[in-house]
Amino acid sequence: MVDFNGWDMPVEYPSSGGIIAEHMAVRTGVGIFDVSHMGDIRVAGAQALEAIQHITMNDASRLAIGQAQYSAMLYPKGTFVDDVIVHRLGEKEYLIVINAGTREKDFNWAHTNTKSFDVETRNLSDDYTQIAIQGPKAVELVQKLTDVDLSTIKNYWFTHSTVCGLKNILIARTGYTGEDGFEIYVPPDEKTSAMVWNKVLEAGKPFGVVACGLGARNTLRLESKLPLYGHEISDEINVWEAGLDRFCKLEKGTFMGSDALQKAKAAGLKRTLVGLEMRDRGIARDGYKVQDQSGREVGYVTSGSYAPFLKKNIALAYVPPELAQPGTPLLVEIRGQCVKAEVVPTPFYKRPKK
Amino acid sequence: MAYPADFKYTKEHEWIKADGKTATVGITQHAQEALGDIVFVDLPKTGTELSKGKSFGTVESVKAVSDLYAPASGTVTEVNENLATAPEKINSDPHGSWMVKITLKNPGELQSLLSAADYEKFVAEEG
Repeated sequence: MVDFNGWDMPVEYPSSGGIIAEHMAVRTGVGIFDVSHMGDIRVAGAQALEAIQHITMNDASRLAIGQAQYSAMLYPKGTFVDDVIVHRLGEKEYLIVINAGTREKDFNWAHTNTKSFDVETRNLSDDYTQIAIQGPKAVELVQKLTDVDLSTIKNYWFTHSTVCGLKNILIARTGYTGEDGFEIYVPPDEKTSAMVWNKVLEAGKPFGVVACGLGARNTLRLESKLPLYGHEISDEINVWEAGLDRFCKLEKGTFMGSDALQKAKAAGLKRTLVGLEMRDRGIARDGYKVQDQSGREVGYVTSGSYAPFLKKNIALAYVPPELAQPGTPLLVEIRGQCVKAEVVPTPFYKRPKK
Repeated sequence: MAYPADFKYTKEHEWIKADGKTATVGITQHAQEALGDIVFVDLPKTGTELSKGKSFGTVESVKAVSDLYAPASGTVTEVNENLATAPEKINSDPHGSWMVKITLKNPGELQSLLSAADYEKFVAEEG
């Protein structure tokens, strides 16, 4: 167990066979994650849409009730408070799902910056146990536990239905693994949470379901190039640098960070996030320096690992745009040695189309 | 898994098996279990001088990078090259997967290391 921002979290489950086995289960079958450390903010009221539009970068006016979108809360300088998923619960009601490490900061930010709107902004982080069921077999598994026809819930949509006998449970087709799957939000008391957890494991037996920890969650999201706060995104990195342009809708009008992003766009990129594959032996890790072929320091690694499904050593790194073309040879400094790497297209892994 | 009685152990979780002035070095069952899936080892070249207690390489699992500490001083005479392509062998057979062979500078250094029974106790206490 590790202390993860005050949460006692397993990095891996020895009973599942460790990180690689957990990772492979999610890519080829199904895995279950306890992601209760994620936080939840509810914004509701007459000006809910205006408030959400102000504090997040995606265009929430496009959301139907029952639909969700990947987005982010930004500082005025266009850098990240956090990346989030915005769910439209009702006509004038939204749920923002936020990260564990930034829960208090996020809520305070959202609360402060929605004060001028006619809304109520509440921290519901302790109201849910969030469980993610992820992998190509996730639909079949979850279908055994609910009456709702899951084939009617498209990617990034959600519904409320009965799960494991519990009424009105939020079931969202979202995740952080690059696979198909669901995130369910159940009552947070230990007895109910454990009941659901155990029922998912039981129902998943025919599919070889395994419990997955933070380790596999990290390698899965890395293969799929999903950003992690404090690594690919932070209060010093802006939206364009992080390559999250398609989730940022300047055309929707002014919002927190939009002015700075307009200016940053006009000024051009100084660095950009790229995927690296190691060409020599070695694993690039968070914080390692990146050099060009002449040995000049040009950037740094934000995340790196052995990629269990791809069976390669991969990394994400910030480098100047002129060194971002796939095929560009670079060097990563690993404990004083320069190890060859190459820029490759991302995401490293994309799930096969059904 | 039992800790072989003819090995000596360090508190940093390496083992060493000596035969006169020649010795082999690896990491323990407890170490591999704590590290999890091992995906990379970085070992010194033949001829490298190791000094007791100093780092001589690294072992990386998916989740962490760990230094390898020399259980005794000596010169590397052979490196287990198989581990470069199959580092997972350390997980499946930690006490059979030697990393380096060394010629001991002073075989007497081994006396300060832990016996199998003491190491087992140390691991149990460390939790």
